[in-house]
Amino acid sequence: MFIFIILNFNVRENNVTYHSERLIRELDEIAQNLRIDALEMIYRRKAGHPGGSLSAAEIITALIFHHLKIDPNKPDWEERDRFILSKGHACSLLYAALARRGFFPREELQTWGHIGSRLQGHPDRLKTPGIDMTTGMEGHGVAVGSGLCLAARIKNLKYDVYVLVGDGECQCGVLWEGAMIASKYRLSELTVIVDHNHVQLDGPVHEILPVDSLADKWRAFNFATFEIDGNNMREVLDALDMAKEIRSKPTAIIAHTTKGKGVSFMENKAAWHGRPPNDEEFAQAVSELKRRISKQ
Amino acid sequence: MKKVSIRKAYGQALADYGAENPDVAVVVADVSSSVQTKFFAERFPERFFNVGITEQAMVDVAVGLALGGMVPFANTFAVLFLRAAEQIRTCVAYAKTDVKIVGSYSGLSNFKDGPTHHVECDTAVMRSMPNMTVVEAADAVEVRKMVPVIAEHKGPVYLRISRTDAPLLFDESYEVKIGKGVVLRDGSDVALIASGVMVSRCLEAAEKLSKEGIEAYVVNMSTIKPLDVELVSKLARETGALVTAEDHSIIGGLGGAVAEALGERTPANLERIGIPDTFTETSLNYDELLDHYGMGVDDIVNAARRTAKRRDK
Repeated sequence: MFIFIILNFNVRENNVTYHSERLIRELDEIAQNLRIDALEMIYRRKAGHPGGSLSAAEIITALIFHHLKIDPNKPDWEERDRFILSKGHACSLLYAALARRGFFPREELQTWGHIGSRLQGHPDRLKTPGIDMTTGMEGHGVAVGSGLCLAARIKNLKYDVYVLVGDGECQCGVLWEGAMIASKYRLSELTVIVDHNHVQLDGPVHEILPVDSLADKWRAFNFATFEIDGNNMREVLDALDMAKEIRSKPTAIIAHTTKGKGVSFMENKAAWHGRPPNDEEFAQAVSELKRRISKQ
Repeated sequence: MKKVSIRKAYGQALADYGAENPDVAVVVADVSSSVQTKFFAERFPERFFNVGITEQAMVDVAVGLALGGMVPFANTFAVLFLRAAEQIRTCVAYAKTDVKIVGSYSGLSNFKDGPTHHVECDTAVMRSMPNMTVVEAADAVEVRKMVPVIAEHKGPVYLRISRTDAPLLFDESYEVKIGKGVVLRDGSDVALIASGVMVSRCLEAAEKLSKEGIEAYVVNMSTIKPLDVELVSKLARETGALVTAEDHSIIGGLGGAVAEALGERTPANLERIGIPDTFTETSLNYDELLDHYGMGVDDIVNAARRTAKRRDK
């Protein structure tokens, strides 16, 4: 596979660290395990969003387990990189990732959505260690992330800000307002990743309200923009490295993914946007995902 | 009485406070010269962000600044913050970010642009959000004193500012305390509880009432949330007859808050002076517009008489 670069300048190949086969294998295994964790959480709670959680597994894994400058022992560290899961519906997978990364005990995942739990239906920055911003209402991440970048400049703090948005979310006007602002201030500390899984709650994105071409749109907003296979770990890691190298403008990574990735009967189906699996479906999903792990 | 611009006093106070507190940042949505954040912009360009006509994103940018340790003041016309109601509700109030929302051109004070730019329901919307503090300035001194107080108050605040030049009511000794109403005139027969520009109108009404032998308390209730319920109850017990006055709808604002407090704590007769439940019209003059919609001094006097009469029945 290759990374399709659309930039108005050249990125030298030696700016991108070579990621070893072993690292890719390890991260891929984590991603599959997070898929199982997330589905189990949704299954247990009988609520949640499987499709958009599964599509984002490689992206969230790459960020939380490799790319971000974060420390589970210091979740409030001033100079940590910030991650805003603007598509907060995918929080089951993020919660699972934060737990495996050591931000809180894995047993706590079982409390998700219970009254009194630190794990709310959508991310809550005040309750959950490792959650940088309360999300779940679509559209906010780009502008909030821009504000975080501006604060870093004023306070002379060194951190980067990563925002994961959905493609349905790219229908929100406020998202593009935020993009204009990031562009005006040339917030190179900001990287927006679009989980372009082509399916939203009510159906295919191109039927509900077409957003194509996303790459053209972000480029028009003066983001350094490139497209990758967002379910390919190596491409995700390389893209994040490249985004870090770009220091003249914000970056948008259009990550082409598959909604419901990894579970055959969930893939590309709007029905699985927000419905939990029943006993049989859950068992089949887990067995499919486990088979993938053993193949890796 | 000398009249001084409330919004200009706010703008100058913000710039002065910016010198004291390096964490203060200002965002504005293309109305910097109108809402007077230009003074801050001139002195602290590195902490000033004019983000164009993007009210929703402006609030979100302020949220990001707050997450990064700043104390952002987000500024535009009060009516335009309604566009960003969800941002304010989710990212400011629920996420409890330290953002100060400053809604200028409140009520009917943008008389000449007409009903599109009048705002009757901002306090009602903001007041119903958990974690939100809602304050309104009655004159230039009060708004100047409010700037550091709300900046240093941890958490979301909505500050409501009129476009008008308002009579100067207070001197330098005036102190702003969030959650405390201030009795400006003692009385015994009725209590006039007001916020913003209606405070000076209530003081005038109280003089008129006094000539008829009705002695009215006048209270500047500059914090609408959390309401000074103790003071409202005390006045209700003492007078049994209250009038609220605000340049806001009679639904959901100060009048609504006082009615809720009375209903639950100390039932008493109440008349609400404010924008009736209607959209308004354009005018050549702010005072005329207030009078036209029943917020004149005589309207307050009549309301006081009515509420006292009901009590005495």
